[in-house]
This record gives sequence, structure tokens and C-alpha cells, in this order.
Amino acid sequence: MSGLPAAHAMAARHRLQWWEALPWVAGVAAFFLFPNYLAFGTQVLVTILFALSLDLVLGYAGIVTLGHAAFFGAGAYTVGMLAQHLGWNEPLSGLAAAALVAGTIGLVSGLVLLRTHGLTLLMLTLCTMALLEQAANMGAAWTGGFDGMPGLSFGKILGLFAFDVLYFRSQYLYALVVLFLGFLLVRMLVYSSFGQGLTGVRENLLRMHAVGAPVRARLVIAYTISAALAGVAGALFTQTNAFVNLAVLGLERAAGVLIILILGGYGRLYGAFVGAILYLLLEHTLAKAYPTAWQLGLGLTLVAVALYARNGILGIVDALRRRLAAWSAP
Amino acid sequence: MDLLGILLGGFAAGMVLFVVSVGLSVTMGLMGFVNLAHGGFAMLGGYVIVLAMKGWGLSFFPALAVGFVAIAALSVLLERTLYARLYRASELDQVLFTIGLVFIMISSMTLAIGPETQVLQLPEWLRGQVDLGVIRYRTYSVAMIVFGVALVVALWLGFERTTLGARIRAAVDNRRMAASLGVDVGRLFTVTFAIGSGLAAVGAGLGAEILGLDPQYPLRYLAYFLIVVAVGGLGRVTGVFYAALLIGVLDFVLKIYFPKGGTIFIYALTLILLLWRPQGLFGKRGA
Repeated sequence: MSGLPAAHAMAARHRLQWWEALPWVAGVAAFFLFPNYLAFGTQVLVTILFALSLDLVLGYAGIVTLGHAAFFGAGAYTVGMLAQHLGWNEPLSGLAAAALVAGTIGLVSGLVLLRTHGLTLLMLTLCTMALLEQAANMGAAWTGGFDGMPGLSFGKILGLFAFDVLYFRSQYLYALVVLFLGFLLVRMLVYSSFGQGLTGVRENLLRMHAVGAPVRARLVIAYTISAALAGVAGALFTQTNAFVNLAVLGLERAAGVLIILILGGYGRLYGAFVGAILYLLLEHTLAKAYPTAWQLGLGLTLVAVALYARNGILGIVDALRRRLAAWSAP
Repeated sequence: MDLLGILLGGFAAGMVLFVVSVGLSVTMGLMGFVNLAHGGFAMLGGYVIVLAMKGWGLSFFPALAVGFVAIAALSVLLERTLYARLYRASELDQVLFTIGLVFIMISSMTLAIGPETQVLQLPEWLRGQVDLGVIRYRTYSVAMIVFGVALVVALWLGFERTTLGARIRAAVDNRRMAASLGVDVGRLFTVTFAIGSGLAAVGAGLGAEILGLDPQYPLRYLAYFLIVVAVGGLGRVTGVFYAALLIGVLDFVLKIYFPKGGTIFIYALTLILLLWRPQGLFGKRGA
């Protein structure tokens, strides 16, 4: 092993680094430091989970999709409709049901869609999402149509912790724990041989075919898992906010999460965290007061990122670190 | 409103879609560049046309010409300075860059002009109705159809009968082969990009009565433009023409009969069509 630095680097990649504890320490610290902003914090956690699910397909498998909100919305509507119509408001089994529904939609659509690529794939993901959105709009008896379902109520988490309408304390911790589990899953996946295969498909499709890797199967499985995870994020959204409406399925949400992931840096696990926190903080402070200026700034940022910082904020950090290392080394 | 009337309305809407999206099809076919900002150029052009008539008192046709030239010039500027850097970049970067551009266009128009809908002042002879023998119909819609047909004939002639058209067709079919035969694909792209954006500008101005015109225009119709291009096939002028008519008529008819969820059929149809022929109805296999 000693003569193979590349093999060492490969073997060491999945080891936990000391700084990987930071997001979780910060997450718990925020709970005590900002008790009045936990509703916002919950929104951030849900968005991180959603962006993380997108990272699996976009960052690791290289599937460019414009319709990932389809799965977020499917999960969100699943728990909403279960609670509204069947009185099924137990949160954890709701998450499981949402994962199942969104995962099934991901599996079925993935089996058909992932045969295509490029513009066709973009359009197909967009159309799938639009179909679901229109279906939710039309099936008003079930989904509440344009107005959605306001004022949902959910049972206690594990039968112990009731949702905290005023301060979002239990919601925040609940979302934090679910995010942590989701993150563990994604982290385990991307460093497994399965994840290596996905990266291979992203980097060189022809070669993966040539070495006999089951490319389609890998892509479909990754798409399904990602869809299920996005469904869980959507379910969390509905449960913590106690409402669901058409906005969960729209192009704006799909584009938003894409922007978040790219800003943070895709294909690097923690990009979702950095992107979501930064984007939502800026949106929270700027968008309400100056919506047009916010859109202008967002546009300028996107253009700048696409032209100069393709790996997002974490990419810039990496580049700085490398430069620093090169500078301090003799 | 009998069947003929509905069909005419649908055709007119389809023509607007065609005029706006045809440039997108050709530029996407040439460079494989995913240009989501195409509708943004259309919107800017529509503003130039409407405001030139309102502010400078230009009459209809000079205003259209001003819109065409202004947007063609702007698109050349952007293409040379920014787009050109991203030709070899991944689809994702192109998507991000052009979405960013759309946001910039929308917000700057909102800041400069305001969020309200702009109304096109039609010249006298385009208002009212015209007698077509079997039916009396809006002169404006009939004029749109005439213009669209004239444009598709002109573009077809340009594509099939001129050297420029032959070069474009060659480059769409096989860019590297065309380049090695001495076609300057970069220059070709700049020219088609300018013409395509200019046409989009004219389309937005002409079609303002049908599609409306406000800062949100590029996002509202983004899916429609993309659907028309994807269904018609990349780089296929006649394909885009048929696709635009199909989508225009369908959309018009469905909005009358199913006002609540008419668009669901369009998306479903697109989904099925693209799964059946991923290269589009009229695109070449493997292109």
C-alpha cells in the first residue's frame, strides 16, 4: 500500500473528518441560540434534505433534471392527503408512506425517462412534474386544488412530542434527526461501490458500458432512492408547516433547489448545506423587502457561478485551500 | 364560435409560437446549447417594439424592424462575450447561465418599466374583422397566420436554396465534418443566433395580443417554447412549424373545452411523443 498514494487517497476518502461534526454541532447550537427563529431553521433543514436528494442524482449520477420537485410534491401531498382524508396523521409512518409513493413514482418514471438524455431528458422531467402539478390542481376533491390543504394536524412524534405551533421546537429537532439519518444514507451510498459506479457513469458513460457495468440499473436505482428521499423532505415540509399547496410542485421550487445545490457545490455532500443556508438566509432577508432586486442579484450570481465558479462556494473554498497549501509548502 | 373559428384561433396562436421558437430550434441544433433565455430575448424585443410605437410614435412596421435589429444586436453582443465561453461547458452550466440571464432580464424590465402588462397599439387596418367568404374573423389573427406562413416559406427557401442555409444544415447534421470542410461554425452560430433572437423579438411584439407581454413572459412560456422545439426536432424549421401549429391548436381548443386543466393534455402528449421519438417528431434519429 505504501507505494500507492492514489489507493491511499481512495481508501481514506470515506473516513470521517473532524469538521464533519460541525454542521450537526451548529444545528444543535442553533436550537439553543436562536429560539425565535426555529421555524426558519426547520425550513432550512427541510431544504437541505431536498437538495441532498438532488445531489445524489445530479452531483453523483450526473442526471440533469428540471423536475425534482415532482418527488418533493408527491411526498408533501401524500402525508397531506393521508392526514386530511384518512385521518392517518402519525408522523413517522407518514414519512415512510411518502418515501414509498415518491420512490414508486421515481422508479416508474426513471425506468422510462432515463433511456433518454440531454434536452429530451430535461423536457421529460419537466413534463412529469408539470403533469403531477396539473393533476394536483384538477383533483380538487382530494388535493384541495389551487388552495391546497391548509390547517392540517399531525399526531405526536413517536407518541411523545407534539408539534409546537408557536416556536417550532419539536419540528426543528424532528427535521434535524431526519436530515441526519438521510445524510448518513446518502454518505454511505456515495462512498460505496454503488456510488463509485454512479460517478463512473457521470464521468464516462461509454467506458462504463464498455466495462460491462449495469448503467441503466444503477441510474434507475439512484433515481428511485433520490426520489424517495425528496419525498421524505416533502413530507417533512407538510408536517412541520401543517399545510400543503401547489407551490411544492412548481418549476420555481425545482429551479430553486437546483440553484441552491449549484451555489453550494454539487457532487460534494456538503454543498447542499452551504447552499441552502446561504440562499434561504439571503431570501429571508432580501426577498421580502426587495423582490425585484433579489431576483436581479440571483440572476447575476447564477451567471457568475456558471462562468467562473462551476464548483460552487465549496469549490472556491477548496481552491483557496489548495493555493494556501501550495503557498505554505516549501 | 364554430369549429373553423376555433381552428383559426389555434393557428394564429401556433404561428406566434412558431415565430418565437424557430430561432431556438436552429441554435440548439447547431451548438447543442440549452438556451433557456430565448424567451427573454423575445420579451425584450416585444418591449422595444411596443415602447417604440408608444414613446417614439413609430408606426407598426418600422417598430418591428427596430425590435428585430435591437435584439439581434444585443444577442450578438451577449453571444460573443458570454455564450461563447460556455459552448464546451456541461448542459448544467448552460442551464444555470441562461436561467440567470432570464432572471436578470425579468428583474431589469420590472425595475425599468414596471411589472404591468404592455398593450400593443395595433394599426387601424389590423383591427376589426375581415370577411373570408365562409367566416368573418379577426383581421389580426388572419394577418398572424399569413405572416407565419410567409415566414416559414421564406425560411424554408433560405435553408434549402441558399449557401448560408446549406452551411447551417451541414453544421446541424455534423458539426465537426462541416468544420473540417471549411464552414466557420462559430460565425454561422453568431449569425443564426442573431436572426433567431430577432425573429423571437418580432414574434413577441406581433403576438402580444395573443400571448400578452409582461416581464414574466420568458418564464411563463418557457415550457411551451421548449416543448415546440423538442417535439419539432432540433434544427428543423418545418418540424418546428408543424409542432407549433399542433401545440397552438391543441392549447387553444383545450382552453375552450377544459378551461381548468387543459394544459395537462399538452404535457402528457409531449411526454408520450418524446418517449416514442426522443429526437422529436421531425428530427433525425441519432442527430
